[in-house]
Amino acid sequence: MIDPLSVFLLLVAAATPILFAALGELVVERAGVLNLGVEGMMIAGALSGFAAAHATGNPFVGFLAAAVGGAAISLLFALLTQVLLANQVASGLALTLFGLGLAALFGKPLEGIKAPSMTAGPLGISWIVWLGLAMVPLIWWFLNRSRAGLILRGVGENHDAAHALGYPVHLVRGAAIAFGGAMAGVGGAFISIATVLQWTEGMTAGAGWIALAIVVFSNWTAVGVLAGAWLFGGVTVLQLRLQAAGIKVPVQLLSMAPYLATIIVLVLISARQKFSRRAGGAAPGSLGQNFHALR
Amino acid sequence: MNRRDLVTSVAAMMAISLAAPAFAQDEPLKVGFIYVGPVGDGGWTYQHDLGRQAIEAEYGDRVETTFIESVPEGADAERALTQLALAGNTLIFATSFGFMDPVMNVAAKFPDVKFEHATGYKRADNVATYDARFYEGRAVMGTIAGRMTESNKIGYIGSFPIPEVIQGINSSFIHARKVNPEVEMKVVWAYSWFDPAKEADAASALLAEGVDVILQHTDSTAPLAKAQEAGAIGFGQASDMAAFKPSPRVSSIIDNWAPYYIERVGAMLDGSWTSKATWAGIAEGEVEIGEITDAVPAEVKQEALALKDQIASGEYHPFTGPLNKADGSAWLAEGQVATDEELSGMNFYVEGITAEIPQ
Amino acid sequence: MIRLVPRTENSAAWQLATPLLAVLATMVAGGTLFAIMGHDPFAAIRTIFWDPIFGAASGYSRPQLLVKAAPLILIASGLAIGFRAGIWNIGAEGQYIIGGVTGAAVALAAYPAEGMWIFPAMVLAGALGGWAWGMVPALLRNWFGASEILVSLMLVYVAQKVAAWMAFGPMKNPEGFGFPGSRNLQQYPAAANPELVAGTGAHWGVVAAAVAVLATWFLMSRHIRGFHIRAAGLAPRAARFAGVRPQTLVAFCLGLSGALAGMAGLFEAAGPAGQITDKFGTGYGFTAIIVAFLGRLHPVGILLAGLLLALTYIGGELAQLTLQLPAATVQVFQGMLLFFLLGFDLLTRFRIARRITA
Repeated sequence: MIDPLSVFLLLVAAATPILFAALGELVVERAGVLNLGVEGMMIAGALSGFAAAHATGNPFVGFLAAAVGGAAISLLFALLTQVLLANQVASGLALTLFGLGLAALFGKPLEGIKAPSMTAGPLGISWIVWLGLAMVPLIWWFLNRSRAGLILRGVGENHDAAHALGYPVHLVRGAAIAFGGAMAGVGGAFISIATVLQWTEGMTAGAGWIALAIVVFSNWTAVGVLAGAWLFGGVTVLQLRLQAAGIKVPVQLLSMAPYLATIIVLVLISARQKFSRRAGGAAPGSLGQNFHALR
Repeated sequence: MNRRDLVTSVAAMMAISLAAPAFAQDEPLKVGFIYVGPVGDGGWTYQHDLGRQAIEAEYGDRVETTFIESVPEGADAERALTQLALAGNTLIFATSFGFMDPVMNVAAKFPDVKFEHATGYKRADNVATYDARFYEGRAVMGTIAGRMTESNKIGYIGSFPIPEVIQGINSSFIHARKVNPEVEMKVVWAYSWFDPAKEADAASALLAEGVDVILQHTDSTAPLAKAQEAGAIGFGQASDMAAFKPSPRVSSIIDNWAPYYIERVGAMLDGSWTSKATWAGIAEGEVEIGEITDAVPAEVKQEALALKDQIASGEYHPFTGPLNKADGSAWLAEGQVATDEELSGMNFYVEGITAEIPQ
Repeated sequence: MIRLVPRTENSAAWQLATPLLAVLATMVAGGTLFAIMGHDPFAAIRTIFWDPIFGAASGYSRPQLLVKAAPLILIASGLAIGFRAGIWNIGAEGQYIIGGVTGAAVALAAYPAEGMWIFPAMVLAGALGGWAWGMVPALLRNWFGASEILVSLMLVYVAQKVAAWMAFGPMKNPEGFGFPGSRNLQQYPAAANPELVAGTGAHWGVVAAAVAVLATWFLMSRHIRGFHIRAAGLAPRAARFAGVRPQTLVAFCLGLSGALAGMAGLFEAAGPAGQITDKFGTGYGFTAIIVAFLGRLHPVGILLAGLLLALTYIGGELAQLTLQLPAATVQVFQGMLLFFLLGFDLLTRFRIARRITA
């Protein structure tokens, strides 16, 4: 018999890297920017975090450095898309390629070293897991209750209108991108510092791409991101848990399910918006489009 | 078919004209490698690259080695192999199963270049295959695991349900049971050779199932990190994973390709290279057992090392009857030993493992 | 202060100059990187950009440029049409995978039959598979208003799982000793997609890529639908008044780009790759998006961009081989090239003017 509580506790920890990355990407997309470079920013954070944790012996300094590293590399994307007005999809893909290469290059001296161990937080659960959970209400509050969040959403929904109201569209988006980079960096570092305790190139192994799917699943809400991270993480944990218990599972088909669920959620929300003409929900109005002020 | 023959012969002519200079007397022997992962993967590819470095250390100026890393299996592999052949490498090691068909294609175009394909089953006059009897090392791991487990539950993280991995699961289980009849084996398939986050999840799933010893056939240290957290133990895989000594990593199974690589390069140098299938194990030093740490009681360590010596001397084969298949049907009679053919196509668990192999 | 003023028409001179500038900038930045890493920057750059075309073994690597570039060009030609219309198919990778799977399915079902019909049937099946995978986001957008960017991206993941499922299950080679992966189609003459003329590298996928470049050029510059597409991209509302039906356009663009990506997948599965494995998708569909933008969404530009990217792949391998440059260094170098190409494009679309302070 599988104890649901144990599965739940497993998935909360397992979902942490994708939760961080997806929460960051949520803010980015809410500002109207589609950054497909999450994987590149995660690996940058995994490396810079590991390097700092190793150098200082303090994992928490590592996570701080991961945030800085992720944000730093995301600024390349910000430069391309906000200053040089390059296409976001292509720039994001290039960022992933660049980030994976750069991290592999700079990570060579760190191979085979073990990360300093971390003290567990309350209930024996890592502090970073708790931080990830705490970010959910914080980001919800920021997006829905704060003035800055209102501006950010305005920029994402209709950049022309936001500009007309005098808000600095590029600056807001740049800040959102940097925040997204920092969050992705922390998510990546959770893999290197807290999960594997070593640096190996390519170690994020596609987690950034899952984070992108989670944001869509979330319907661009913080609570939705949490649900999505738990669903995506949960399906993996559950199928592995079932296997461990000796139950035969169709792994490939099961791992397809969350993506199909994401499409269904997206369709349902889009349809509700289309047919009832209700405002809100679904993708931000200016998602993926660059802005250039004509005046 | 005529068109094909033409292609082959043109390419062959090209190959001869380009490869010829490498045979000159004072030129070093050029040896090429293609790797499926980066040399910094700390596991499979890393170990092959150590083997390459061992060639250089052994033969010095008489050889020149080059490699191309992170080559995807398929079309890119064929190109990388051709590039190596065109660059004058006369011995080329292809170190992943998925390079099999590309190796065969390129080998047909370069009859004068010798190819060595790891873990495959297709050979030609200029294509040899080589593999390691990892199951021998797994027998030693299984013995330690059987003795060390307190919950009598051992976990195994498999990569893909292929014969090599199934041999390892069976071998570990048989030898764990031998020293501890109460032992149960839990198997989880990660469907990846390297995915740290997933390997960690797989380890957690096993630990939640009550497992206190984890064996892994995947390359990252994530399962060891999880074992450490839970106070369980595990083993290094492919490389020594020495950073996790003395516990959770209590020993390791190391792929040591250096002896084979040195032997084959030597054969090239003295002109005695022939195509053959090599399946070497502990005896040849290809499968190494990493240091058994003090976390293991001395008598268990003795027992494990004794088994290792028995296997190395050929006195004992890890698959010796009586053994039944998981479905209860008879496999090996008392004293009977599994043939290499049976092992290389192994697609069943032995009796006592209750899980099913995914098909 | 300076500011950017959009050009009313993309500058032809800058259109030619910016890619060259970007490549030059990459050589300077990349050369600096190589020098820092302890490699001879001039040798490295010559190896990457020059040797594959003119070097000692270029007799082999030149045709390989075509092999590597063909799927990129074939996919990017289709994508660019949609991008021009403001229809964002970023799931070509999924359509590529499904095309490979459906095409290979025909071959595997026919195995070991011989017949002239098998290969054409596979091409058709591959195109249909890709088309169907592309039509899902099209229909979901038309019926429910769901974003095609996101649906097509999600379907990439689903396609990857489909390929893995096929490789481990229904398509597993029964003579493969339990190893995942289908039969190798290169060894099944009726289904193989071999080199058509020895030493040219040209397989049917290369031919298809060439045809696609010509056909999309014709479509975009000579055909009424091309005019509609451009109109829809530039001024959607005006286009609607001019009789362009957005729903038709969405279905057309996603269907066409899906079909081309599916064909690319099939040519790869039956030719260079040879089989369906769980790693069949190697990123051509995503790289093609970059190719489309580097080519400024123009067929000729795409042709050149596809060849340029293929050059950096093959040159990168050569650099690993001859200079022992690590793969990661090559990857960083490619990333730089993309950044510069994408960034410098600004000069094509905008001119820099002095801000007149009021």
